Amino acid sequence: MTSEELLQIAEASTAEHEQFDFQLNVCMGTGCMSQHSDKVKAALTEEVAKSGKHCHVRQTGCMGLCAAGPLVLVEPTETRYGNVHEADAKELVDSLGGKPLERLETHLDKYFQGQQHIVLENSGHIDPEKIDEYIGRDGYQALMTALTQMDPQTVIEQISKSGLRGRGGGGYPTGLKWGMVAKAGKGQKYVICNGDEGDPGAFMDRSVLESDPQRVIEGMAIAAYAVGASKGYVYVRAEYPLAISRLTASLREARRRGFLGSNICGTTFAFDIEIRLGAGAFVCGEETALIASIEGQRGQPRPRPPYPAVSGLWGCPTLINNVETFANIAPILRNGPQWYSSIGTERSKGTKVFALTGKIANTGLVEIPMGMTLREIIFEIGGGIPNGHTFKAVQTGGPSGGCLPEEHLDLSVSYDALISAGSMMGSGGMIVMDDTSCMVNVARFFMEFCMTESCGKCVPCRAGTAQMFDLLTKICDGEATHADLDLLIDLCDVVKNTSLCGLGMTAPNPVLSTLRYFKHEYLEHIDNKYCRAGVCACAGKAPAKEEVTA
Amino acid sequence: MSPAVDVKTLVIDGIDVSARADQTVLEVARENNIFIPTLCHLDGLSDVGACRLCLVEVKNSPKLFPACVLKVEEGMEVTTKSDRLLHYRQTILELLFAERNHVCSVCVTNNHCELQATAQSQGLTHVRLPYRSPRLGVDASNERFVADQNRCILCTRCVRVCDEIEGAHVWDVMGRGIDSMVITDLMQPWGESSCTRCGKCVNVCPTGALFDKTKVGSDHPKYPDFVPYLNMMREGR
Repeated sequence: MTSEELLQIAEASTAEHEQFDFQLNVCMGTGCMSQHSDKVKAALTEEVAKSGKHCHVRQTGCMGLCAAGPLVLVEPTETRYGNVHEADAKELVDSLGGKPLERLETHLDKYFQGQQHIVLENSGHIDPEKIDEYIGRDGYQALMTALTQMDPQTVIEQISKSGLRGRGGGGYPTGLKWGMVAKAGKGQKYVICNGDEGDPGAFMDRSVLESDPQRVIEGMAIAAYAVGASKGYVYVRAEYPLAISRLTASLREARRRGFLGSNICGTTFAFDIEIRLGAGAFVCGEETALIASIEGQRGQPRPRPPYPAVSGLWGCPTLINNVETFANIAPILRNGPQWYSSIGTERSKGTKVFALTGKIANTGLVEIPMGMTLREIIFEIGGGIPNGHTFKAVQTGGPSGGCLPEEHLDLSVSYDALISAGSMMGSGGMIVMDDTSCMVNVARFFMEFCMTESCGKCVPCRAGTAQMFDLLTKICDGEATHADLDLLIDLCDVVKNTSLCGLGMTAPNPVLSTLRYFKHEYLEHIDNKYCRAGVCACAGKAPAKEEVTA
Repeated sequence: MSPAVDVKTLVIDGIDVSARADQTVLEVARENNIFIPTLCHLDGLSDVGACRLCLVEVKNSPKLFPACVLKVEEGMEVTTKSDRLLHYRQTILELLFAERNHVCSVCVTNNHCELQATAQSQGLTHVRLPYRSPRLGVDASNERFVADQNRCILCTRCVRVCDEIEGAHVWDVMGRGIDSMVITDLMQPWGESSCTRCGKCVNVCPTGALFDKTKVGSDHPKYPDFVPYLNMMREGR
């Protein structure tokens, strides 16, 4: 493959689509598929054939607005239709070339205009299983440039300059990590893509793998070239069957086009990728546990140092990055690090994909530039709280994160701002809660999650989370005393500071953040046996008005 | 002396000590008679850093480090005793006591138990946490030994000695979190498993979870010191 050939493929792909008057992009992500978008696609194909219109119906990945699925995007008019069902197919095809179908239009310009798509730039526009469509949208140009015009050190410098930080949650500078692995000797090295997305309410990585898998493969290949690795693994949870089948197809396509294998892009660089499936353990998202799992061991973490950059998979230096991190690599090399670092805040560059879920009108995926406030994300893009309820809290960072109340809504989203507010960026789950949620019960839910997902290796996480869960249950049931609350706070401190891995160290966060902002709810459960959301089983009465505000 | 030997100097609890570069803080501390409590560590077995009792403070780091896997560094300043560490160690011991059924008065290893001795050394007088009192099984199917899950602290010494020293890998851990359990083979009864009856696991077990049927009452001392000796003989030194 030369750059001329790459250009030819891109032109051929564009020409193939330009011969059609219209393109009907049907979302075939997991969300829309659960609403039978495959049947919608079949019906549309049939209607198009009947109507004789020059129109191409194609499957695409996620368009973001899962709440209004199944979604159909008409190109080139950029008309978006939501809640499209088989019965609407004829009317929709008939309307092509005329006035858009008012009835099915999403009318959510705010949702789409507030976003900035880098990671999701191809999602909803290309068929994820066709590599030529990816190439048609500048795919594999970055890999070609890196291999033919840059040495590995230059690639790492570009990534460092862009200011990209790990999107898995930790926020470790990506360029620095790559540099460490590059410097770790000359022997066998590995690149691992962490797709073991397990936070409740998070589905960014699944969506990227389903919608644009080639982007992740390209990012991994560039990383492998930069650090000197010849073998890669994508670790995906087995609960993502669609992502796995699209990724498998995409790896085959990439090999066919010569972007994986030996002599990639006509150079001496050789690299290939294998898929490894997780068996449902949350802790396997922790890098040392993930490596143990790939090795065929019991998926549990080991103490660091040594870090995987020095001693990772089978004792070899290993680069391990999240799906979304790899998805950012190609655009950075294509558009230059200055372009990327011009987006975002001082210390958090670029964009971040969030999965908006919970009590919010526009459930779905959003990609926003760093520095946007939570209020803009929830009330403008997300469309606010439905059914006349009022906002209570937003939970970010999954079981490792925290709940932020109304007074923090003007917080601009960045790694450091979220940590200082007592939550964290995490992988990008954002669960919105309204007045029907009891914050003690929410903390109890996350503690139960940590308790059942603890691997059981270290004592504070194994026994500590179980004790904390029991104490939270006692508070919810209205049977706790102030001594129980003190014990809970003490256990939070112990588990946070003595656990072996990130799961245990961050397990107390949901409790600590709800105690910080919603302590009155804990006290109401203890003193008045009262749950203001009416969720918990305690049967007491509301405290007098002045006590509530105190 | 080989020229490859690299020597480091560091400070542990205000005492200047020297160490080989490949040593851990725990090894060096013990050489210098500085006591750090441990339960999952055993001389001669690989370290897993699981019990978290050997956590120490290192100057200029907010994090705590398990001494059993912490490699020495030049100029490192380590603190092994502080009010904070004592509180953490006591709470971890409380968590262990409350997790299963540790009733010393009816235990075969009473007065020979490392959990009991460690609790005494850390001045633990009572447990603030509610006892979980799970109903766990006792496997007496082996003709020589008994496994009482109620007294297991999941230190995984049995798993490691069986794998690394005996080479049989009969023991392993199943389940997750609070439901974790040591098992023989794929959860076959111990007596029907591929166990070689060598008894190494019984001798390294810090509590009365694994014990010898011939020992009755509370007269069951354990002798785990054979592990470094076996390693030494194998290496032919």
